[in-house]
Amino acid sequence: MALLEVQNIQKSFGDTEVLKDISFSMEKGQALSIIGSSGSGKTTLLRCLNFLERPDRGIIKIRDEVLFDGEKKRKESEAETRKKRLHFGLVFQSFNLFPQYTALENVMLAPKLNADAAGKKADTGEIEARASELLEQMGLSNRKDNYPHQLSGGQQQRVAIARALALQPDILCFDEPTSALDPELTGEVLRVIRELADNHTTMIIVTHEMKFAHDVADQVIFMDNGVILEKGTPDDVFEHPTHDRTKQFLAGYSNAQ
Amino acid sequence: MFAEVTLSLLEGFLVTLKLFVLTLVFALPLGLLISFGSMSKLKVINVPINFLIWIVRGTPLLLQLLIIYYGPGIIMKNNIWGAGDGGRFIAALVAFVINYACYFSVIYRGGIQSIPVGQYEAGEVLGMTRGQIFRKIVLLQVIKRIVPPISNEIITLVKDTSLARVIAVYEVIWAGQAYIKSAGIIWPLFYTGAFYLIFSALLTWLFHYIEKRLSYFQ
Repeated sequence: MALLEVQNIQKSFGDTEVLKDISFSMEKGQALSIIGSSGSGKTTLLRCLNFLERPDRGIIKIRDEVLFDGEKKRKESEAETRKKRLHFGLVFQSFNLFPQYTALENVMLAPKLNADAAGKKADTGEIEARASELLEQMGLSNRKDNYPHQLSGGQQQRVAIARALALQPDILCFDEPTSALDPELTGEVLRVIRELADNHTTMIIVTHEMKFAHDVADQVIFMDNGVILEKGTPDDVFEHPTHDRTKQFLAGYSNAQ
Repeated sequence: MFAEVTLSLLEGFLVTLKLFVLTLVFALPLGLLISFGSMSKLKVINVPINFLIWIVRGTPLLLQLLIIYYGPGIIMKNNIWGAGDGGRFIAALVAFVINYACYFSVIYRGGIQSIPVGQYEAGEVLGMTRGQIFRKIVLLQVIKRIVPPISNEIITLVKDTSLARVIAVYEVIWAGQAYIKSAGIIWPLFYTGAFYLIFSALLTWLFHYIEKRLSYFQ
């Protein structure tokens, strides 16, 4: 049984059809890279998985449990949507750390509030211990009492990753995690993501870092104009692409190297 | 003489202060309601509210004071505010509250709308409820953003209270001016300036302190 199954997702914004018919699946412990040019629908797809957007049609399943079905017109409660969101984590391109909290507090906030919302008393000690551990994993132990504005972009993004991991999502999604970082800072973030992949964290990474997508992923998807043009292992997609458009896209990147 | 004038002016300034404090007590929360109304997706709410804001910000407070005090009497052939000081004070309070609530509402709206949508989305993907997102993430950021413009309005309010005299509310400037007729001296009038200066210095210090407390993050 696949961990994640996405079937026939379709999404339009007004007259523009951004996702035309997206289907793919993932196993636990796999890393999936999604590549493609701007406007291809990669970010919208991630946002649909995290329930920041609602697809018009299609099915999203986690371990055969249907989380979303476009056929069901019943409007669900916020509490139901919230529960579904917790299957996924999302790391944003622009970090979106909460500026009034330290790095440690940023990581601790959601676990504390989730416990409150569930009516359970939050075990602050345990939450803090786990948050410290995550920040240590990210190499940021000496920065945990700093505020976001005191951190570099690369450090902020690593805090954002720790923050997403604190809720132990089934699948961690990255939306162009290094696109807002200069080349010097990109490396430290990619290093952390690679470590997570090596530890079999199930993840979906939308990225423009082609070499990274090739090296880290178990599966690669190339999207163009709202459809999946190529799907397969990194070798399949990068070395033996079948569509001209894919070849054109990849050629554009190797020219830039 | 000086002591007598000071006491007399203090009496008037007490009215000024009462008007100032009560206006804030009502206008600060009312402004928040109005700002939610102005941002509402329902046309039946946001159109009348934005119309009200336009009228209230687009006409002089002085005129609004006169309309609120005299208007009901002309329409209903009966002065609803009553003949005494109390009624006139309340009429002035109503005018000030409506006026300042509208100005506050625009400041609140600017603060709320300037929070990047990414803050809301980060809260959402972390499984937070809408209430938690507002209270734990957005609220403090809004407060930090609106302290400077709100402090501006509040310091203006101190001075605007002097307008209440046009509907015969006995405040500090009138108290000072009365000496021209009664004792033929004009310096008490200028002396009222000192009361305003000292009070606004206190307020300025207070807001500076608040801004400093909020400066630990950006």
